[in-house]
Amino acid sequence: MSLLQLQNVHAYYGAIEALKGISLTVNEGEIVTLIGSNGAGKSTTLKSICGQVKTQGAISFNGREIGSQPPHQTASEGIAHVPEGRRIFSRLTVKENLEMGAFSVKDKKLIKERTEQAFVYFPRLKERFGQLGGTMSGGEQQMLAIARALMMKPRILLLDEPSMGLAPIIVEQIFDIIQELNREGMTILLVEQNAYQALQIAHRGYVIQTGEIIMEGEANLLLSNDQVKEAYLA
Amino acid sequence: MLYLFCGFYIHKRGFNMISEILQTLPQVLVDGLTLGAVYAVVAIGYTMVYGILEFINFAHGEIFMTGAFVGTSTLLIFNTAGLLSGMPGWVAYILILVTAMLFTGLMGVGIERVAYRPLRKAPKLITLISAIGVSFLLQDIVRFIADLKTGSFLVTGISLYNENVKIKTSSIWDSFDDAFLKTNSIIVLAVAVLLMIGLDIFINRTKWGVAMRAVAQDRETASLMSINVNKVIALTFFIGSALGGGTGVLFAQQYGTIDPYIGFILGLKAFTAAVLGGIGNVRGAMFGGLFIGVLEMFSAANLGIITSGNFGGEYKDVVAFIILITILIFKPEGLFGRAVKEKV
Repeated sequence: MSLLQLQNVHAYYGAIEALKGISLTVNEGEIVTLIGSNGAGKSTTLKSICGQVKTQGAISFNGREIGSQPPHQTASEGIAHVPEGRRIFSRLTVKENLEMGAFSVKDKKLIKERTEQAFVYFPRLKERFGQLGGTMSGGEQQMLAIARALMMKPRILLLDEPSMGLAPIIVEQIFDIIQELNREGMTILLVEQNAYQALQIAHRGYVIQTGEIIMEGEANLLLSNDQVKEAYLA
Repeated sequence: MLYLFCGFYIHKRGFNMISEILQTLPQVLVDGLTLGAVYAVVAIGYTMVYGILEFINFAHGEIFMTGAFVGTSTLLIFNTAGLLSGMPGWVAYILILVTAMLFTGLMGVGIERVAYRPLRKAPKLITLISAIGVSFLLQDIVRFIADLKTGSFLVTGISLYNENVKIKTSSIWDSFDDAFLKTNSIIVLAVAVLLMIGLDIFINRTKWGVAMRAVAQDRETASLMSINVNKVIALTFFIGSALGGGTGVLFAQQYGTIDPYIGFILGLKAFTAAVLGGIGNVRGAMFGGLFIGVLEMFSAANLGIITSGNFGGEYKDVVAFIILITILIFKPEGLFGRAVKEKV
């Protein structure tokens, strides 16, 4: 069943049309990846879903139109967005960052449970619990950003370039965790420049170029597609 | 021989000077801290709004002034209604504080909604002009109402506590004179400190307080955490303005007579206190306020002594600001400016 669906979505930054009629679907339980080069419109697609940019067209989540609502409302309905560049609150502690992730959660016991759960995925965060976010390494910050998004127990996780600026070994760890989250039922929309790694863990993929989807299909088919190979995997 | 004489003279003068300064020091500290507490609480309002919107709310001094007028007129109304005689002073004090704080808090929210929010995407300079407009507007509205009701825009309120207390600081060290303290100064200090502690706990320990800091750091990301950014901004204005208005009541009680222009200089000094402490930093603003208050009182009391009467206490602001400028030249981010290095 489709959880998130974009139909003919256009997005604008002033006079510039950043998305020129994007359609894509994410089904419950899937990892779907959106790959493309710099400036193709990957981040804009995620921002459109979250209500951070003005859009035209239909964006529906769980059968409900969400295209015109403010970001905080979309978030509280179960769409968690891990933004590009991690964007953790660097002058808040790890603990406070996680609490902010759970802002819509009223039950303190639930927050505690989910914090414990976050430690299972990311044991490093336990060691860093009282530390300011900004003092951690890039990899730890990325882990915190994902953990923070999970605190609201979202129905879908939008990840914007989680591999950006990280050492290969850390990227590997992050991707393992993404897969593990998915195995436990989390639906994931993954935006990546690192197309090879993204397609390896995804079920399906979309290729975006200058604001348009130019190709879509099963991840393993895209991996072996000559055009994709030449443009993104070389 | 002449040298010796001069040396002796200078030495003796220096000694006299120090002993004179020491004598008045307890009084200077008492008065300086009281005034500084007023600056500090008003400074918090500037720094909170700056922290979250990166803009100086120049109408904040007028919110302080409005608080002073609301408190004073509430008290006058109680008095005409004959309620005051049957009411203990502290009850009246709390009532006028709460009334003024609620009034100015809501007023701050309203000002943000009408004069700042529509300009949020405009350049900061435009919002600043809007703030200056609001501040003129408030001055004139208050002047108009005060003039209409009392026939003068200078309003003298009712002092709830006007006894003096003598603190025997001379018994601590015999170089000190005794200090005199209005009972009201104690109230000013106590209320200011309570407000500051309350705010500090709110910002650091509660969910909405943490959300406030999160929005100050990264508004866009905060909204992804399902934080309603507009609500947080409104809350910031409510708290900052309520603190400013409450301080206005303390000020009116302390100094007796108020006029619609008291917010200007006081606001300027509180703003300076906020910059000194590192704008955006709440604890910095508290410290900056106390620092400027003490500095000002110290200059007022001792400038004449130090310069052998060439410059009197009326130059207190000049001295205070020279010291501030000197500090800011060497530490432009303020005393408690951002110390954490951020990794990108």
